[in-house]
Amino acid sequence: MPAARTNVLALGGLVTAAFSLACALQVAMPRGERDNEPFDLMQTLLGDSRRMFANHFFVKADAYFHSGFYPTIFDNRESFETAHMASDAGVVEEKNKGDEHGFLGQPLDLFDRFSRNFFPSVHTHMDEGGADKGHSDKGHAHDHAELKDGHFHGDGHDHGPDEVGKGVREILPWLKLSASLDPSRVDTYTTTAYWLRSRLAKSAEAEEFLREGLRRNPRNPAILFELARIYREDRKDAERARNLFEAGIVSWQKTEPAKKEPNVFLLHQLMSHLAQLEEDSDNDLRAIELWERVKVIAPNPAGPDLHLRDLREKIAKKPAK
Amino acid sequence: MNNVLAVSSVVMREMYRRKDFYVLLILTVLITLILGSVNLFNDSNIVRYLKEICLLLIWVSSLVIAITTAARQIPAERESRTIFPLLAKPISRTEVLLGKFLGCWLASGIALLCFYLFFGIISAARESGWPLGSYLQAVTLHWFMLAIVIAIALLGSLVFAAPSSNNTICFIVIAGVLLIGRHLHKVAVGMEQPSRGILTVIYFLLPQLGWFDVRERITHNWPPLEAGPFLLALAYALVMASVFLFAASWIFNRKRLQ
Repeated sequence: MPAARTNVLALGGLVTAAFSLACALQVAMPRGERDNEPFDLMQTLLGDSRRMFANHFFVKADAYFHSGFYPTIFDNRESFETAHMASDAGVVEEKNKGDEHGFLGQPLDLFDRFSRNFFPSVHTHMDEGGADKGHSDKGHAHDHAELKDGHFHGDGHDHGPDEVGKGVREILPWLKLSASLDPSRVDTYTTTAYWLRSRLAKSAEAEEFLREGLRRNPRNPAILFELARIYREDRKDAERARNLFEAGIVSWQKTEPAKKEPNVFLLHQLMSHLAQLEEDSDNDLRAIELWERVKVIAPNPAGPDLHLRDLREKIAKKPAK
Repeated sequence: MNNVLAVSSVVMREMYRRKDFYVLLILTVLITLILGSVNLFNDSNIVRYLKEICLLLIWVSSLVIAITTAARQIPAERESRTIFPLLAKPISRTEVLLGKFLGCWLASGIALLCFYLFFGIISAARESGWPLGSYLQAVTLHWFMLAIVIAIALLGSLVFAAPSSNNTICFIVIAGVLLIGRHLHKVAVGMEQPSRGILTVIYFLLPQLGWFDVRERITHNWPPLEAGPFLLALAYALVMASVFLFAASWIFNRKRLQ
């Protein structure tokens, strides 16, 4: 009996010590920005591993965008380094190389050849009909980060909401899950918002999601850019769009230059969209000033240069007020 | 054949008296319905995530049912000593084994039908079309894949000492084959000899269970498989199941029962 009593006392002592140590660590741990964050069950349960899961679900959304035709870790992933759903939305700069149709390569053996009958083996995009339409986009060039005729075409093809494009709704659950696991991942908010407003005509939901992202990532230029696009393209509210584009540029200038690799792609988008907005609003001098700045940072300055020449000719032909 | 059918009917009755199937079906239904009730950007037509999760639950449940049922058949008979009066009747050991296999396979098939019926209802509730051909192909391929799994579990029950170790080994091997089976040759190509040769031989010897997994095609509404690959896969399943059953029968006929 004395041995049992000793064991119980030792157990009690250990539990008390563990509890005291946990309390001491809780107070001593530097929490920084997390002090302001509300209680998050995912954060508590998963810790920092939630970022890994968030990335997994972001990639899963891209796999859905391809109706399941997606490379595994055993395949050549060069052509899928940047998620196509994000680059097609124009929210990230595409860095893919190689053949997106042929990542499986030639079959290695009879079993490999036969097994390709049982999983999706044709490249399709949900926004173009996906597997339902059997629409293969062979030859579909991912040229979204280019300037053509001075206009920025980083925003994919704005076909507008139609029944074919609405299939893209299927990527949304995974994007929402990814955002809830890692709220600091900005691409998730901007990609989701793009597809919500451009193909599903849900600009209210897109704005709500972006504002949630903005609460988690205050003054983030990429989220401000996407919000500005909602006001410009969906609400036709040039004034608020202008304010948001300008806020995005200011925020970019405060945060990005200090980084090792500043996101020039984003600044390029902010400026070219603002320049186009000013041009459409007949603020010609401001538009010229912005296009001049776009020319400096454009990967291919010939595009904005040509556009500037056209714009100047157009202004010269205008009757003097 | 009558002997085989008699044994199989006993196995089926036993399986439906147990609660495993009902518990797994209720869990699948509950999890799917809870996930289906989530509001995603006020869009009630989003369905593919639900189909994927429901199919995953069906696959996990069917593997649990098939492996645990098959793995306990012969050890349970030996433990309760009912194997002796059974073998005292005019029935061979091979017939007992075939009866056990057939009972487990048919029972798994009936369970699968219930699961896929629920899956079909969930899909139809959210999607406009009901691709019956694709669903029938999926359930048939799944059922034939279970024939291989049940044959492996029966063989394991004669090789391993306890049903628990057999269950664990079967789960690990089958999950491994399903997850990376079809990629083994790609991995082997990047290796040096002799590992390369050994892995390549393993790749060709392993049952290609991935051929029966058409979940991606069902989830993303790809058209049904062509008849050729579909029928070839079914024939392959029958051959593989026969190979494992033959091995099990060979061991069972030489085993001393105590």
